[in-house]
Formats: sequence, structure tokens, C-alpha cells
Amino acid sequence: MKILMLGWEFPPFNSGGLGTACEGLTKGLCANDINVTFVLPKATPGDAPKHLKLIVANNVYLDSDKLKFMEVNSLLVPYISSDEYNERIKSKACLKEGDMSARADDIYGNNLYEEVYRYSEKLKLIAAFEDFDVIHAHDWMTYPAAIKAKAASKKPLVVHIHATEFDRTGGNVNQYIYDIEREGFHAADKIIAVSNFTKNKVVTQYGIDPDKVEVVHNGVEFTNYCDTEHIKKDNDKIVLFLGRITLQKGPEYFIYAAKRVLEIEPNVKFIVAWSGDMEGFMIKEAARLGIGNKVLFTGFLRGADIDRAYKMADLYVMPSVSEPFGITPLEAMRNGTPCLISNNSGVSEVVNHCLRVDFWDIDQMSSKILACLKYDTMHKELTNNALREVSRFNWNEPAKKCIEVYKSVL
Amino acid sequence: MVSVCMYFQVHQPFRLKKYSVFEIGNNHDYFDDVKNKEICKKVARKCYIPSNNVILDLINTTNGKFKCAYSITGVALEQFERWAPEVIESFKKLAETGCVEFLSETYYHSLSYLYSKVEFVKQIDMHKKKIKELFGLTPTVFRNTELIYNNELAKFIEDLGYKGIIAEGADHILGWRSPNFLYTPTTCKKIKLMLKNYKLSDDIAFRFSNKGWNEWPLTAEKYTDWINSVNGNGETVNLFMDYETLGEHQWEDTGIFEFLKCFPHRIIEHPDNDFITPTEAIDRYTSKSEIDIHNFISWADIERDLSAWLGNEMQHNAINELYNIEKSVMDSGNKKLIEDWRKLTTSDHYYYMCTKWFADGDVHKYFNPYDSPYESFIAFMNILNDMIVRMKCKGQECIISEKPSATIKSSNTK
Repeated sequence: MKILMLGWEFPPFNSGGLGTACEGLTKGLCANDINVTFVLPKATPGDAPKHLKLIVANNVYLDSDKLKFMEVNSLLVPYISSDEYNERIKSKACLKEGDMSARADDIYGNNLYEEVYRYSEKLKLIAAFEDFDVIHAHDWMTYPAAIKAKAASKKPLVVHIHATEFDRTGGNVNQYIYDIEREGFHAADKIIAVSNFTKNKVVTQYGIDPDKVEVVHNGVEFTNYCDTEHIKKDNDKIVLFLGRITLQKGPEYFIYAAKRVLEIEPNVKFIVAWSGDMEGFMIKEAARLGIGNKVLFTGFLRGADIDRAYKMADLYVMPSVSEPFGITPLEAMRNGTPCLISNNSGVSEVVNHCLRVDFWDIDQMSSKILACLKYDTMHKELTNNALREVSRFNWNEPAKKCIEVYKSVL
Repeated sequence: MVSVCMYFQVHQPFRLKKYSVFEIGNNHDYFDDVKNKEICKKVARKCYIPSNNVILDLINTTNGKFKCAYSITGVALEQFERWAPEVIESFKKLAETGCVEFLSETYYHSLSYLYSKVEFVKQIDMHKKKIKELFGLTPTVFRNTELIYNNELAKFIEDLGYKGIIAEGADHILGWRSPNFLYTPTTCKKIKLMLKNYKLSDDIAFRFSNKGWNEWPLTAEKYTDWINSVNGNGETVNLFMDYETLGEHQWEDTGIFEFLKCFPHRIIEHPDNDFITPTEAIDRYTSKSEIDIHNFISWADIERDLSAWLGNEMQHNAINELYNIEKSVMDSGNKKLIEDWRKLTTSDHYYYMCTKWFADGDVHKYFNPYDSPYESFIAFMNILNDMIVRMKCKGQECIISEKPSATIKSSNTK
């Protein structure tokens, strides 16, 4: 079976969980004898020749005999907002000042929506000459492209939803994106949701028949042996937040809980890892609450630094307002760190050995943080049991489930 | 001849609140009485009252040939007195028939035998007094919490003057023996051991409504045949189970009450069979051999050992910390403090902290009022910390002006 997979990003050039999930899934599929052609938007640095309109993808390379990457020249990056896109295209235009042979906005769309359209046109061409059995598209930016690919190739379409506009905005949806999501769901032959939590959103907010939606929980890939030895710096306990600092992830609840915890137990440091649009607000809030010296911001982390952050922490907190799945607790557990997870998350459906809390319940959140830092026996039980539990998460199961979905649409 | 000996266990714990860290030093109210009351009334309605009525009816319609035994914990009796006094009245009627025996156990359904013999004896004494006060009867047969049993316990109970003791007829201790006879524990001379026939007991308690069971549906006729076939191979058939089987674990619509109303009649249709109470069994039948049970057994989970309550470090930590403060609590002389401490000895609190098979969502999860074993541990330990704060105030009314920051140093018990 051959799959044309449309994604946004792929490690190591990823800025969020979507890339990690795509990587895991593709590897799982390839291990189960499925051939995958993975199409990505990637902005080509430097010049953009005029003949680009004839060459659709300028980078094609084989990862293995089962996995092929195609990069389509595009300014689209995941999670990009309309404003951020406009920034990007302006900066591209500036770079080309001296070079009159091509201006960035000749090649890329003038705004986010045009770019999505332009990208989808490219996909129509790819669909025409690539050989595949099923189209598998991840999240809204690929949906218009996927719909065009389906029309051009007459092959079935499976759309995968990792996060909806409702998750990202807490209800204040961007109508354009919502419309695209809705169109994608209706045009698809089958929908894959990363959790029951997400499936419910698809059914209730987009008017989709629940039978059309399959739940395939994400897996987690642990390729390297992971040394779970705790890294101790000083006597302070460390509580970690790791994720994009944005509304969806509930960073402010982390800060408010930190304040409560520090009132009882001052020897705790709170680490906020990664960056995002709410970072500035968080820094100011921490200062305003008088805990600025106890809340440390690391900025964006990659690779080994992420593992190091988990290993240093005594507890990982994911206070997400709306988390369709949430791979980070699994990564934390794997690094020997217990987790406190929001009930509004897909991952809480599949993990047993963790603490759970409602993201808005600051009292309970801080109480559980304190309990975890104070009661060594429980901390140890949680850590050991979580480590054991996470070792049974892999991408083989999700890949197999996806294959069943493919079979059901062929 | 086959004598059927039925004993039903009646127990409700005082469940704890989801007590948070911030309540330590501020809130000395540990028990979720809203929930406890609700559950007590619900189980009274679905199980205790209808089942007692069926039993009373059986006694009357068989002219006293139907007999059985109950073991009711002190904490259950307290809850009935507060929230469902009709249950006490109903048990009183049963006691008056003379066909019902009450067993002895620890008042608080505790694991105190394993941690404090002094407390163990006190709790047995409290329970005996309560049974005498309510029903006018004095128990002569003992059952330990969750049928936890070994040789030493048998000797201890024999020394307290009991003539009989109950345990689980677990495969790994039976060897060649059958649970359908009485035995003498290795360490003892006089006391007799009655072993639960787990196959026939669990047919009712667990498998009754399971449509996947190859013997479903269990009719009175079929069950009576099985019991009859023990004739020649045994003297007593010991059917021991949780009373909540009738109406709570096995819901009314499974036909469990109809079954209960019917099969005793079938049993006594056979002139060689009868129903007896544990004391009658002990007086009538002789012990067939000695039995050596060195390691603790119980009637819980597949392992039938102590792992349901003492299988992980959290459980060990919690119970050790509790008994560490026993002396200080008793010395304080503060009645409320002592009563609260005793309510924490109830085995259920540790049962909820079990992480065995947690991933497979087993029977522990079903009964657990908390979302996870970790949450139950947190609530328990927070409460324990508050007790310690109360003792620092010498059990007087405690007003904390500053939040306590350093509390129990959890000892890593191995």
C-alpha cells in the first residue's frame, strides 16, 4: 500500500508535537510495510528561480526504500498566525533587495490564506503524477491541498486531526480556518482523531457523524536508551512546564499554582520551557506576583536539552486548557519524571500512573504539586510505575490502526 | 450428610475527603460524610433491607431450619445508627429468631493484628461490646479483617477464648485437603478452623450474573446438585461472601434474590442436608487433621495474600506512619483524636492505594472513591499530617497562625 501523506513539519525542523507525531507514525507505517510519500512545505533559502512554477517540488529525497520526502517551496510553517505570516513574507522580500530576478511575493502568497491556496494548487500537480492508494492529511493547512489531490487523483482521503481551531483559540475561532477544517472533515472518507476528547469536538462542533471518526491515540518513540538518572543541581525542587507558551497550554495556571506552592514551600523552582506568544505576559505575571526569582524561562529547547529539562525536574505539569493528545507527559515519564496532567487532554485517556487535575483548579493543582514534592514514597511509586507504563507506548499500534482505516476506505 | 454454613460480611468504611495540603492545620474534619451517608443509604435500600427480609422469610418458612451468620463491623453499625437505623432494627429481628449467629472481628475492620496487638485486642473488645449491646449476643467464632490468617493468629485467637476461626480455603494452602472439613491449626489445641469453599462461594458472589460463564444461568436446582455431590466427600460447605453480593454486586435484576429465596428450600428437601451456624458446625463436627499455614493468606484478589493492602511502598509508608503515632494519640487522651485515628486504621484506605493491575482497571478501581491510588495516598497522608499538628497542640482546640511547612519526613521503608 502506498500513502501520500501531507504534513507541515518533520523533525529535526519541527516546532511542536505535530512533527514528532508525523515522524513516529511514518516510521510505524514503514515498519508495517507501507510506502509513504511525505510532502512538506519548506521555504527554500536564497533564490527562487522563475522556472519554479514548472518544478513543483525542488527537493525529493529518499529516507529509505519505503519513505520518500517531497518538499514544496512554501512559506507555510505550523501554527503560524496571519500576522506572523505577513512578518515572514516581509522579511523574505527584504532579503531579495539586491536581486531583481525574483521577489518573494511573486512566489509566495501575499497573505496566509493565499499561501494555503497556492500550496494546495501545487499539491494538485503532485497528485497527478505520484503513485499512491490513499491520501492522509494532517491538520487544517493541508486540507485544501488534500481535497484538491483527492479530486485530481480520485483516490480516497483520510484526514487526521491533531488539534482543532477550538483547541488553539479556546472558542474564539478564526472563521476561515474553521471553514477549512469543516470542509476537510466533510470531504474526507474517514477522519482520524488523536483522542476521544478530540473526537467529541469534531462531532459536536463540526457536525460530523461519530461513525466517521476513528480514535487513534498517538504513540511515543524512544529510539535511544534513556538514562533516567535525575540531575540534581541544588536543594531546590524543580517543577517543569514544557510546551508552547500559548493560551491552549494554560501557562497562566502554572504561574498561579506556582505562587500558591511557594507560599507553603519556598524551596521550589518553576521552570518554563519553550517560547510562544504568551511568554512576555508570563514573565510579567511572575514578576507581578513577586515570584520572579523563582520562575525561570529557558526559551526554545531542542533535542537533548529537552531530555535534560525533564531529567532535572521533580515533577512535570501540563495544565493544558485543551490538549488533543499531549506527547510531553510521555516524554517526561520516559525520563523518569512523574506528571500532573490536565483532565482536558487526550493523553489522560491512556495514562494511568500520573496525577490528574482540572486546569482551572489552582487549589488542587498546587496541592498536588506540593504532595508530589513532599511525599517521597509516592513520588517514587509514580516514577517507577510511569516508567514501566510508558515503555508499552509505541507507534506500532497507532500505525496498525491507521492501516485498518486505510483498508476501510479502499 | 452435608451442612451448609453461610456467613455474610457487612462493612462500610468511613471514607476520607479529598483532603488537600492547604487544609493541614486548618481543617480537622477528615471524613466525607456526605458521600458516606449517600452510600450507606443506597446500599441499605438495594441490599441490606431486601436481603434481610429474604433471610427472615427463609427462617420463617423453613421453621428455623435455615440458619446463617453475619459479621458486621463496628464502623458499619455506627453508620447505620446515624443514617439507616432501619437496618439495625432489621438485624435485631434476625437476632431474635435464634437462627442467626454474629461473629467477632475488629471494630474498625483494621490490619491492627499486623502492627499492634494491643490495638488489635482493644478493637476486638469494642466490637464484642457493640454486638452485645445491640443484639444481646456474644460471639464465639472469630474472623480477622479480610480473612487475613496464619498459624500465629490462630493461636492468639485461641488464647482469647474463641472456639472457632474462619479463613480462606486457598488452593496453595489446602494441598490434599478439602475445605469441606474442619481442621486444627498447627499451633493450636482446641480452636477449629473453618475454610471457605471458594468455588461454590464465588459461583454466587462473582459468577452469578456473568453470561459468559459456561454454567450461566445458575439455577437453584443446579446449585443444590453441586452441594449434594459433596455428600460423602465433606461435612460442611462453607459459603462465605460479602453481603453486598446480594443486590449491590449482583443487581436485583440478575435474579439473585429469587435464587436466594429458592435454593435453601431445595437443599433441605434432601433429608441428609441442613443449614448450620459456625458455632453449631464446630460443636458437631470433629477436626480431621492439623493444618499448617505459616504465611499470611486472605480472601482478596487472585493472590489471596496481603498484597492488596501492603503491596507497594505507598501502602507501607502510610500504615507505618499511622502506627508510629499510635502511642502519642492514645496518650493524648483526646477522645475525638483517638476515634479519628482508629477510623484511619480501616483496611479500605490502604486498599485504595493499591497500584497492582491499576492499568487493567480491576476491582480495586471499582470501589475506589478516588480517581487514582495516588490521590488516595495524598488524602491519607495530608490527614495524617493534620493529626500530627493537632497533637502538637496537645489535642486542644488548635488555631494555626502560620502555615506549617515542614511536616512528616517520609521514611523509606523497605
